[in-house]
Amino acid sequence: MQKRILMAGISAAACISAASAASAVEIEYWQYIYDTRVDAMDQLIESFEEANPDITVKQVTFPYADYQTRIVAANMARKGPDVMQLFYGWADKFIAGKLIQPLPEDTFPAAEIEEEFFPIVSAMKRDGQYYGLPTAVRSLALFYNKDLFEEAGLDGPPETLDELVEYGKKLTVKNDAGNFETVGLTLDMAGQDHQWWREVLVRQMGGVPYNDDYTEVTYDDEAGIAALEYYTDLGKKHGIGEPGFMDEGQAAFRAGRAAMTIDGTFRLGSFNSIEDFEWGVAELPANDEGVQSNYASYFANAIGSSAEGEELEAAVKFLDYISSPEAMQVWLEVVGELPARRAAAETEENMSDPIYGPFLAALPYAHTTLFVDEAAQRQTAIDMANRVFLQDQPVADAVAEAAEEEQAIIDDARD
Amino acid sequence: MTSVTETPGLAMSRINPGAIIRWTILFIGGVLMVTPLLYMFSTSLKTPGQIYDLRLIPAEPTLANYIEVLREGDFMRWFINSSIVAVVVTLSNLFFDSLVGYTLAKFKFRGRRFVFIAILSTLMIPTEMLVIPWYLMSAQFGWLDTYWGIMFPGMTTAFGTFLMKQFFETVPDDFLEAARIDGMNEFTIWWKIAMPLVTPALSALAIFTFLGNWTAFFWPLIVTTSKELYTLPIGLTSFAVEQAIRWEMIMTGAALATIPTLVIFLVLQRFIVRGVMLAGLKG
Amino acid sequence: MVHPTSSDTVPTHPIRPAPRLSMRTRSALWVWGFLAIPVLFYCVIRFYPTFNAFWLSLTDWDLMSEAEFIGFENYRRMFADPDFWQTFRNTFEYLVFGTPISLLIAFVVAYYLDRVRFAHNFLRALYFMPYITTAAAMAWVWRWFYQPPPTGLINSALGEMGFGQIEFLGSTSNALPAIMVTAIWAGLGFQIIIFMAGLRAIPDTYYEAARIDGLGEWTILRKITLPLLKPTTVFLVVFISIAFLRIFDQVYNMTTNDPGGPLGTTEPLVLMIYQTAFSSYDMGYAAAQTVVLFTILLVVSLLQLWILRDRA
Repeated sequence: MQKRILMAGISAAACISAASAASAVEIEYWQYIYDTRVDAMDQLIESFEEANPDITVKQVTFPYADYQTRIVAANMARKGPDVMQLFYGWADKFIAGKLIQPLPEDTFPAAEIEEEFFPIVSAMKRDGQYYGLPTAVRSLALFYNKDLFEEAGLDGPPETLDELVEYGKKLTVKNDAGNFETVGLTLDMAGQDHQWWREVLVRQMGGVPYNDDYTEVTYDDEAGIAALEYYTDLGKKHGIGEPGFMDEGQAAFRAGRAAMTIDGTFRLGSFNSIEDFEWGVAELPANDEGVQSNYASYFANAIGSSAEGEELEAAVKFLDYISSPEAMQVWLEVVGELPARRAAAETEENMSDPIYGPFLAALPYAHTTLFVDEAAQRQTAIDMANRVFLQDQPVADAVAEAAEEEQAIIDDARD
Repeated sequence: MTSVTETPGLAMSRINPGAIIRWTILFIGGVLMVTPLLYMFSTSLKTPGQIYDLRLIPAEPTLANYIEVLREGDFMRWFINSSIVAVVVTLSNLFFDSLVGYTLAKFKFRGRRFVFIAILSTLMIPTEMLVIPWYLMSAQFGWLDTYWGIMFPGMTTAFGTFLMKQFFETVPDDFLEAARIDGMNEFTIWWKIAMPLVTPALSALAIFTFLGNWTAFFWPLIVTTSKELYTLPIGLTSFAVEQAIRWEMIMTGAALATIPTLVIFLVLQRFIVRGVMLAGLKG
Repeated sequence: MVHPTSSDTVPTHPIRPAPRLSMRTRSALWVWGFLAIPVLFYCVIRFYPTFNAFWLSLTDWDLMSEAEFIGFENYRRMFADPDFWQTFRNTFEYLVFGTPISLLIAFVVAYYLDRVRFAHNFLRALYFMPYITTAAAMAWVWRWFYQPPPTGLINSALGEMGFGQIEFLGSTSNALPAIMVTAIWAGLGFQIIIFMAGLRAIPDTYYEAARIDGLGEWTILRKITLPLLKPTTVFLVVFISIAFLRIFDQVYNMTTNDPGGPLGTTEPLVLMIYQTAFSSYDMGYAAAQTVVLFTILLVVSLLQLWILRDRA
């Protein structure tokens, strides 16, 4: 019954939009509210409209927490955007819910995309078709407190996992009561550590976290166990940190009470306001054999399923523009996120930048996890670590239980 | 407030040592009760460097946190939103709850029992069960992220209706009959004659509805999505999460969210306590 | 983005009823005129959604695709889900410990506070004040109290006195009691006032008679005060029980970085409902969980009715 009411609304809405489309095409672009992102997009829209006077782009924004719901609700009312930004991890859900349509092959040939973009864009590919392209990407790195390093007599960040432990021990300070004053490394699975564990540590221990299309959890093996053991040993055996210290890893780092923390590009803005100490960024530590990995993520721009005819044409043009090297440069300058095209990213200036450099260096070897329900999958990793930390569950059992839980989440989402 | 003389006057002299001990224990308990509030205010006046200092009175109190929090303007906005929502919902309840309560108490009509039982039965339905359908409804009618969306579920409540019915039943029928003979219409009789007779109940209902809506969390959390529409509790939560564990700022936000009700309480203490007693006994 | 205009749909005037054949008397017209908007409201905002929730609980609706009827699949899934049972246990833990502790403290304080003359209003205000605070705000204050050193107030104080640290919110055994304490704290003021009102409703003559009979204070409490306070006590038991069964604000705000954690040991039913519906968008499944909550609350309320009938 609800459906029928909806349909009536849709046809009414369709008539109105058809009438106003006669003169100039107006398309809607949706993204979530984040000041610099909105500013950057305003700039891009301005240049785009200058080059395409017959098209106007209206930017519509919503708070991040409810962005997804908004798109879904708008889709229920058939008032969805023509072009929208979406987290790559939502792609499956959005495709299944018919919220977005595949990019036209003639403007966006798959072969060209794969040649020019970093390999992580493949997360937007289904059955040979691309459903969206990112303007910018983010990756993880090790943030370290230079002042604390100096005090501990260390002159640079750790480069291997063993060094990470060794440095961490030197940097950890406890008071007489045995409580941490400063932790060597923050342990915060609810932050970015779950990504570090999944896509970095598991691979560095010789495993793979999932099969190729991320439909099957494959970390329940020796590599997964070794990875979790390494992670939990940081707290239990080496005592260089403890979960829950200062509530959040980034809070401890910002307060100067954590020497190192693993976090993403998106944290740069918040850490830039630190005045009490100097900090630096380094690539995530490699394993003994020099194997490196990273977790990269991005917001892709996609075309809404409701775009048709003239609007679709305009949407394609706009998407093409915001995926151009020019747009990526604007995004880097205004937002501080890394360009998604190799050529735009790997310029000498960017690579030698002390902050962006380590993040960019990770992109060629980075992986993206195809989440079906990021919050729920993150929870399995949090619980896995907590079972070891709080309940002394054997590491192997913890991994097996997590794998089973996560597999169930993936299976549920796929029926 | 019920006067103290109504309390059982146990034969106990004022300088009884037992009474002094009891008073002291009660006092200590009371201080413990407000300790969280004291520390909240104290920390909101401290600089980030001082928050590890356990002293209740800050060494160098500063209003800097308040200035920083208020400069953004969000808190003012949330304060206004909460006020609008709480006031409108309270007025609506005062009007409709008493109208329905009066009708059920003072009119004999077919279906009265049925209507009364039907309304009362909604007391058994928890909000949590309704939020998913409400959310669906709001999405379809465009109520998500609007004042109306926040307010509509509480515009009249079975609790208020029941409370008002109980009180209207104590109003003598003769008063109403006399007005009828004078030629007043039923609406005027309710509004001009009956309502003034139940003002204690109305103030109790107003206090409860206002407080309940001022502190409401679950539904506003679901239905509001943009910062501009947050109520104070939701705004505070998003602020606290955004502050990423800067405790002095979070305490400042919490203090700002608490000050309005504290002020109202300190000014209207007698009415509020009496209202709670009334509603609790009759409700 | 802001749509404050829709607030103008707030109904402020009762609509005059259109005359209908079946209703003859003026009085009936007035009655239904008075009742029209509220009855419509109850139908659309309370009854229809109730049935809708039952219906949704039998579907696989997930916002994205259309709801399909799947029978009792959601219930089967729920009863086979260990997380649900953990949540169920947690919820009852809040209830089973929270209710008697609240009740006992509230009664003891009310019993003694009622006889205090010196600074009575001041003492009462101290106890009552937490009740009028916003749970979301106070949850953050308590969360700060409970932090491990060097941040948390309690642990820092313990440290200064030379004691070791206590893990509160990060511990699977202490987190739930720690959150429960904040809920008890917030509710006491109300319960104390209600108990005091109940105590004052007991006619003085009972006490006078008892004293003439030479009964001791303890006997008076057991033989007179407590039995006569039964309606108040029953009301409060139900009131507090329902509040604990619906606990959400405190848990949500105190565990934002691991909702209901650690390891789901603090997660109550309502938080599970919230997450299933508004984080995983599994609306059908969430609706089934709300039906379970409804059933529990119904049983508690019916129990109250039964106990009160017994008394009469």
